[in-house]
Amino acid sequence: MNDDKLIIGGHEFNSRFILGSGKYSMKLIKAAVEDAGAEIITLAVRRANTKDEENILDYIPKGVTLLPNTSGARTADEAVRIARLARELGCGDFVKIEIMRDTKYLLPDNAETIRATETLAKEGFIVMPYMYPDLNVARDLVNAGAATIMPLASPIGSNKGLATEEFIQILIDEIDLPIIVDAGIGRPSQACKAMEMGAAAIMANTALATAGNLPLMAAAFRDAIIAGRRAYLAGIGRVLTRGGSSSDPLTGFLRN
Amino acid sequence: MENNYFIDDPTLSEAALAKKHRIETDPSARTDIMKYLSGMEIIQSDVSQNVLTHLNEYDYNRYTPTDVRTALSHDKCSIDDFKALLSPAAVPFLEEMAQRARMETGKHFGNTVYLFTPLYIANYCENYCIYCGFNTYNHIQRMKLSYEQIEHEMKVIADSGMEEVLMLTGESHSQSDLKYIGEACKLARKYFRNVGLEVYPMNVADYRYLHECGADYVTVFQETYDTVRYEQLHLLGHKRVWPYRFDSQERAIMGGMRGVGFAALLGLSDFRRDALATALHVYYLQRKYPHAEMSLSCPRLRPIVNNDKITPLDVGEKELCQVLCAYRIFLPFVGITVSSRESASFRNGIAKIAATKISAGVSTGIGDHESKYTGKEGDSQEGDEQFEINDGRSLNQMYDDISGEGLQPVLNDYLYV
Repeated sequence: MNDDKLIIGGHEFNSRFILGSGKYSMKLIKAAVEDAGAEIITLAVRRANTKDEENILDYIPKGVTLLPNTSGARTADEAVRIARLARELGCGDFVKIEIMRDTKYLLPDNAETIRATETLAKEGFIVMPYMYPDLNVARDLVNAGAATIMPLASPIGSNKGLATEEFIQILIDEIDLPIIVDAGIGRPSQACKAMEMGAAAIMANTALATAGNLPLMAAAFRDAIIAGRRAYLAGIGRVLTRGGSSSDPLTGFLRN
Repeated sequence: MENNYFIDDPTLSEAALAKKHRIETDPSARTDIMKYLSGMEIIQSDVSQNVLTHLNEYDYNRYTPTDVRTALSHDKCSIDDFKALLSPAAVPFLEEMAQRARMETGKHFGNTVYLFTPLYIANYCENYCIYCGFNTYNHIQRMKLSYEQIEHEMKVIADSGMEEVLMLTGESHSQSDLKYIGEACKLARKYFRNVGLEVYPMNVADYRYLHECGADYVTVFQETYDTVRYEQLHLLGHKRVWPYRFDSQERAIMGGMRGVGFAALLGLSDFRRDALATALHVYYLQRKYPHAEMSLSCPRLRPIVNNDKITPLDVGEKELCQVLCAYRIFLPFVGITVSSRESASFRNGIAKIAATKISAGVSTGIGDHESKYTGKEGDSQEGDEQFEINDGRSLNQMYDDISGEGLQPVLNDYLYV
């Protein structure tokens, strides 16, 4: 288990829980990171670099990898500009691409996401694209130079869990990059299930922000994600869909 | 019950007074509110027709407690569910609506509340909107800030820590022309991360120009969607043209603005019907322009200079809360702004339920930020306010109060790209 690292763009992480930071009190960020055992935290570039008393960067504990996102971008070009700004602000080379042309459901624009991934990967960014789970798009993102694929479980903020389960499973089965399930995970049990399926990590924000006790919920997610990962590594036992299993094989009559 | 809006300014000439009385009392002396004036761009849009069709059909007394319960049981609020939530039948369900609204707000906005401040740069106005302090017949101290004065006001506001500004003018095309507003936007870009406008409606090319000058949000209040009432309230000027005003947000989006704001001024007409129309205006425009950001305000009538008797009539805090909860449940993704027209206690409470944006450090007068922010009396003159505010908290007070409620105040969530 100790050798089980999450590797993104050549960087190793022990934790498989990526935290969002945008929806709750900045004063809770440190406690959330600690109780979640998180090593990566996202940061909306549009929220960063504000005045002294408001600088979200000051609240993020040292040693935690920043994952700036491009929220607010409506096109690939805008995402690229925001990513470059993040780099200038000293946020490092990681970038999570979020491109939305829909303010109602905030569903990602897959086509623009591929374009932005291609440009930013060429510029040396470690690109983590948020996407709607589509196998062809995931393959295009791999070819464009993505470091991970981040399919949504259900609409962002909805806490509805794995509405796209079948399609995420296909990505897990077919894509060699880490599949990080992002958006819509509302409960630790849903996070655990995604990890059992073989997801490489879980990203959550609203589920924590809307919990009664944020640090406690962060710890619950941490434990669920570890449990799910262990179950995946252990190999889930077979589940019989109907009837019992005869101890005498049906083919026992065959000779030789 | 009705407000008395008609106040005669004793300094008006006899001829002016006669004209004022004529348009106040004789509808035939007034122009057709559906007729565009020369220079007003007409766009192809079915949004107003969609809204008016629902508005004309809406009989809120038809809804029963069962309809309200059904609406609250639905995962997704339909237009008919929304109509039930706005009806008198929903009044006993206010707490349940608030609980549901809070959940929806949390899903989309978490625990954040955005702060901004308005900056009035001119109060000249060519309209006669009988309830408004800036109306052309109201005898007030008129003023238009010079560019130097605008920049000075901006510095004072920016020094307080504010990062988002909403610039407003009275509706005077001659005193506050496009270039004046554009230059003000360019100045605002130097001091603020996010620049919004609440000025007179204009054509697509004008919005495009102002977007290039640095503005990215346009708010236009329709005041009332009831065309009969609108005609009785807006007696003179460009604002009298109802459909041109209605299509403002769409023209702003066509001009490249990132977001648009909407409101009816509650208390002018039947508030349940106006709330329905406002939300449907957002709903249909969002379907047509899914990339655009939308926000709702919910102003209630306030006293004005020379008429301190104006009240929001039947729209009490409970009614306002019902409207806001219904807005949130029907449109979970929109920003909801609650202005300083409301009390501190109402704003603190509603920020936990439905509101996502509140103003702080507010003045609705012209050129008085320095005296209000620093106590330092400037030597320059100041222009009168549009309306009396109710919540005079500074940015720092607001920041602390919001934090104290367990919410996260946010000064900026925006990049100009």
